Formats: sequence, C-alpha cells, structure tokens
Amino acid sequence: MNIPDNLKYSKDHEWVRVEGDTAYVGITDFAQGELGDIVFVEIETEGDTLDAHDVFGSVEAVKTVSDLFMPVGGTVLEVNSNLNDNPELVNSDPYGEGWMVKIKITDAAELDTLMDAAGYRDLVVV
Amino acid sequence: MKEVVLNHIHVGLGAKMVPFAGFSMPVSYKGLNIEHLAVRGSAGIFDVSHMGEFFVTGPNALDLIQFVTSNDASKLVDGQVQYSCLPNENGGAVDDLLVYRYHAEKFLLVVNASNIEKDWNHISKYNERFGATLSNQSDEYCLFAVQGPKAAAFLQTLTEVNLSDIPYYNFRVGAMAGIEEVIISNTGYTGAGGFELYVKNADAEKLWNAVCEAGKSVNMEYAGLGCRDTLRLEKAFCLYGHELNDTTSPIEAGLGWITKFTKDFVGRSIIEGHKTNGVSRKLVGFEMIDRGIPRQGYKIMDAAGNEIGEVTSGTQSPSLGKAIGLGYVTVENSSLGTEIFIEIRDKKIKASVIKTPFL
Repeated sequence: MNIPDNLKYSKDHEWVRVEGDTAYVGITDFAQGELGDIVFVEIETEGDTLDAHDVFGSVEAVKTVSDLFMPVGGTVLEVNSNLNDNPELVNSDPYGEGWMVKIKITDAAELDTLMDAAGYRDLVVV
Repeated sequence: MKEVVLNHIHVGLGAKMVPFAGFSMPVSYKGLNIEHLAVRGSAGIFDVSHMGEFFVTGPNALDLIQFVTSNDASKLVDGQVQYSCLPNENGGAVDDLLVYRYHAEKFLLVVNASNIEKDWNHISKYNERFGATLSNQSDEYCLFAVQGPKAAAFLQTLTEVNLSDIPYYNFRVGAMAGIEEVIISNTGYTGAGGFELYVKNADAEKLWNAVCEAGKSVNMEYAGLGCRDTLRLEKAFCLYGHELNDTTSPIEAGLGWITKFTKDFVGRSIIEGHKTNGVSRKLVGFEMIDRGIPRQGYKIMDAAGNEIGEVTSGTQSPSLGKAIGLGYVTVENSSLGTEIFIEIRDKKIKASVIKTPFL
C-alpha cells in the first residue's frame, strides 16, 4: 500500500499536501482500494468555508457511496475538474492526478491533529 | 461467520472478502469493472458455494413442489431447470429459486444463501401434508458459476458430456475434470452465457483448479459478488432482499410469467387477486438522465415532488457506462418514458423509466 511520507493523513482516509497556507486534499490509496472502481466524484462546495470534519463532497463507486470530509478547516479554492470526466484517476493516481480539492487552511494549528505516514500506516495496515 | 470450502484460495488470491448472508465471500479480486467486462466479453469464475441445495425425493416430491412454488413444475422434463418463486401465505415472496428435475421422483431446489433456514422451515411445514423426503445438502456442495460467452468452449475440454446438447435452463450430471457426478447446468445470473457447476466439497478444489487452468486460454478472470450484482442488474434479474421480499407480490415484481394459476399453491388466491384486480405498484427499470447513482432505499418522486416509490437496486453499469436502477413506483408512473426523480442526498436527480433488460 502506498502511503507517501510527505503527506499528512486524517482518520477519515483523506490526505493533505501542505503548500504554505494552502493545501491539496484527496483520498488515500487505502480508501480508493476499499471503495473500488470510482465512477463519480461530486464536489459542489467551491468557495465555501468549512470546518474540519465537514462534508465537502461525495465519491460514488460502482457499489457504494462515501462522503468526503475536510481534514482541517478551510476554504475550498479549487475543485479538480479533471475528475468530472475521469473519476477513475482517483483509483489510478490517488495522491497525484486524483487530487480532489485545493483549500486555504483556516488555522494551521489544526494540521497537528493529523497523522504522519507512520501513524496512518498503523491505522490501516493490519 | 461461515467460510466457503475454497476460502483459502480466495484469500490467497488477494480477494476482498466481505460478510454476505452469514458467509465470508469474495466481493472482488482485481476490481469490479475488470471482472464485469471479462464476464461480458470472455469468461469469469464465481464461487457461489454459499447458495443452498435441497433435494426433494419420493413419490410425492412433485406434489410438494407444486404446492410451495408458483411456477408449474409439472411442465419440467428430466434434466430441465425452472426459475420459480416460493410465495408465502400473504402473497409475498419467501424466496426465489431454481427447480431442477432429475426424474419424476427426484428434484433439486437451489435457494438463496440468506434464506436457507427460512426456506427449509417453510417447505418442511408444508411437507407435513405431502410426506416427500427432504434433504438439506447446502453444506455438502460447492457451486461455481463459470460465466461468459467463451466459457462453454474451454469447459468442453474438461468433459465428455457434449455441452452443446444442454440447452439453456437444462442440466446433465456427468464427469468433468476426472470428477464423477458434477451437475453441469446451463444457467447463470449474468445473462452472459456459460454454466454453473455443482460439485461435492471433497472434489471442489480439484474442479476449481482444472477450470481455472482451462480458462487461461481465454484469460478468464476470478469474479466476485460485486460484479455478480452489476451483471444481474444490467439484465434486470431480481435479487431477493432488493426486488423481492416477504411483502412483494410476484405480480408487482413482473414475475407473472413464473406464476401459474392452473394449479393450487401457497398464497394462490391472494396473488390471483393481484393479477385480476391489478396492483398499485410495479417494478420498473430506469436510467439516470442527470448525474447521480441510485442506491437501494432512495426515494422516487414525480416531477411535482410527490413520493411515488423507492429504489430497490442501482449502480453505474460497467457495460453501458451509465447509471441504472430498478425500483417500485405507483402504476400510474410505471410506463416507459415516464420522467421520475431519485432523491440522492437531499437532491432530486432526473431519471427516466426505460425498458428492461438494460442490456
């Protein structure tokens, strides 16, 4: 299972790549594997300011649907529009082309509530 | 949690295992879409050994089956299979099932895993007046569904039985891969062609390995319950617990064709009333017009926002590349082309009633 060292992770299986006061957010390799073939990513919160753990969208796999949760509070600056036509990017490249939203972080201190790669590995690798 | 006999094989293949009907079952191996498309285009093998097998034998076997099932089992000839329903006293469905006729005094009933105990109790209760011999051999048989347009050709290399002599919904008992008495059944739940193979537990691994080896010639994939569901849904086959349950009439479910009023059976007068007087809701197929995936339990509304029904199954169809579903709606909203709306997370998403099967 791919768990890059340079990212932070939430217990809801989102990853965060911090770039200054902004961050890219997506779902982890573990999460995409659990969901299976992803067919639709619906995110209609562009421009919204949300708290940590708020739902910012949903991801539909063939067999199941799952909410997407903000790992930290922030404003949704951009949604990955490539996912409209190519939702399978979340399966094939969850940490790269399959990113979901770019956010402006409200309070950088909340990043400390997230796990590092080792912590996340302990959560998902039995 | 029960395990199928070949559990170790599925785990060894890296299958994602999930609880289903009290069994730990493989839901996918390489991925649902890959498996689905392999079955449609070539071949896939499913281990569906969780299914239940009841043998009904003796001079009164047919009389019992006629009374507990809705279809007319007297029409079966030796070696033929019939899709049927076990109605309850209120005109609902205890289960749907397959009835296999070996000969006039020997039948096999194949039932859903989730209903084995309920079906057994139901049939046993009615057998008190018929006195047939009932034997629940669900734990003694494995069932492998080898499905897909290329399945028959490589299966033929494993048996002397001429598979092209077995019409759809017929079976033969014969040797396959050196194993005696395999039930070779031209049936399946995918609409993709192929056979279902019933084998005693002791021979199951040998048969599985032989089929998998032969299947390499057509790049057969291991196929899990995930694609079993998407495959059956594209063909609009009913799934118990979704389209059928203890309160659904076979008439509402579009199963009038397996409900024969030429004989007496459990719930007959009520179901005949459904047929004669009409029903208030009907099972329909629909496709999503606007983007969204329907799921079981989602409400169905009309354009004015009135609730008119409920989704029973839904998915993104891997073959069609669009979202499809089945659901019950009021009869007034059941005609082809009717615009309906599916409530998906508080939004009304447009859909249209269309002809089934979808594929």
